[in-house]
Amino acid sequence: MIEFRQTTKSFGDHVVLRPTELSVKSGEVAVIIGPSGSGKSTMLRCVNALEKINGGDLLVNGISVLGSPADVRQIRRQAGMVFQQFNLFPNLTALQNVMFGPIQVNKHSKFEAQEAAETLLEKVGLFERKNHYPSQLSGGQQQRVAIARALAVQPKLMLFDEPTSALDPELRQEVMKVMQTLATEGMTMMVVTHEMHFARQVGSRLIFMENGRVIHDGEPTALLSSPPSERFHNFLQHVQ
Amino acid sequence: MNFDWSVLISAFPDLMQGLQVTLLIALSGLAGGIVFGVVAGVALEYGGRISNALAHVYVALIRGTPIVVQVMFIFFALPLIAGIRISSIDAAIITIIINSGAYNAEIIRGALNSVPIGIQEAGLAMGLSFPAVLAHIIAPLAFRRSLPAMGNQLVNVVKDTSIFIVIGVGELTRRGQEVMAENFRSVEIWSEVAAIYFLVISAFALGLRLLERRVRLP
Ligand SMILES: Nc1ncnc2c1ncn2[C@@H]1O[C@H](COP(=O)(O)OP(=O)(O)O)[C@@H](O)[C@H]1O
Ligand SMILES: [Mg+2]
Repeated sequence: MIEFRQTTKSFGDHVVLRPTELSVKSGEVAVIIGPSGSGKSTMLRCVNALEKINGGDLLVNGISVLGSPADVRQIRRQAGMVFQQFNLFPNLTALQNVMFGPIQVNKHSKFEAQEAAETLLEKVGLFERKNHYPSQLSGGQQQRVAIARALAVQPKLMLFDEPTSALDPELRQEVMKVMQTLATEGMTMMVVTHEMHFARQVGSRLIFMENGRVIHDGEPTALLSSPPSERFHNFLQHVQ
Repeated sequence: MNFDWSVLISAFPDLMQGLQVTLLIALSGLAGGIVFGVVAGVALEYGGRISNALAHVYVALIRGTPIVVQVMFIFFALPLIAGIRISSIDAAIITIIINSGAYNAEIIRGALNSVPIGIQEAGLAMGLSFPAVLAHIIAPLAFRRSLPAMGNQLVNVVKDTSIFIVIGVGELTRRGQEVMAENFRSVEIWSEVAAIYFLVISAFALGLRLLERRVRLP
């Protein structure tokens, strides 16, 4: 579903993603970890072409991120994104945030969009808050609305960039639970996170990055129980 | 001297005619100035090299010259250069639109710039084109952000109409001067003219404050 083919990304002469081979199959939950600045966000942002790759190719559901603007929009429709900072539209209520994509992107009627949005808000446990504005919601609630908003355009895969890092510890669980539910429903996911128990329980792959390179890529429990490198071992002691 | 209240009443119809012209110029300037301001503001913030350069030159030229000189140029010099004759009222309207458009452009550029990148990316990430993000996500937020400064600018537009006295447009200030030339009651006439400007501008300011409150986010 996602195929990195010798993909590279630099900002000026600062190489952020070194030639990367990686493929994520349908239904997989790939958890990406690594020190700050190792290129995790950049990797996710290349998948939905928020960053333009410099070399190699990157296919999402068979479409290249190097394709036409219409191809890129198609990729973005299929790859929902959840940001660390939620990025909800502050001028819209929770319900309107979730209805926005279906109306503007999928050209659904307002009625259809509202029904679907209410179902999604129900799913993330926020139906009663549907008429609240983002500023009237807690961080955890905002992030759950953001997940519902991304799901509303019916993506085939979801990208999560540190979705709980901006949250107080006691609010992280509610977001993790929504993500876990998604995973059990078979959603293909790439998740950048420092939540190791999520990696262990939900992840089907664990990818360790450093300096723009994929250093380890394997089964989470196996990697975590016997770290294959000194570097990875040290990193784990830092986050746990 | 004694203040002759009856002068206020006898001058009133003439001054109201002047006010109509003032409002015509001001409202045209407001509407046209917003169009010019949006186009130039978008070019400043998102334009390619050429449109961005053009917008910069436009804003710099207008902000770098007095409005009196601008209207003189459009009314007296342009006909000689381009061979088109325009009436004084048209010259006034064109000048106010071009002038307020340049000030609006800076306000609008700043308002567009204030919308967080992350919110724009949230729109792009769901598959919207950039023009759609601009129209449906950036514009509503930038509009709110621009209101206080645009309010000031609107008030300036109303006040600036009085300088068109220099090309003989029969707006409020000009009418006041004409009435005074007949009856020599300058204290009464200029008090009345000032009061009319004050009331009109206060009404605009109040309307803007109500609009600001209406669109304020929780
Ligand atoms: N827009 C950008 N311009 C320049 N450098 C960037 C940009 N975005 C990220 N970088 C740099 O790329 C590197 C990797 O960043 P990032 O992908 O955000 O890392 P991570 O998410 O793993 O912390 C960092 O050194 C960062 O400074
Ligand atoms: Mg990051």
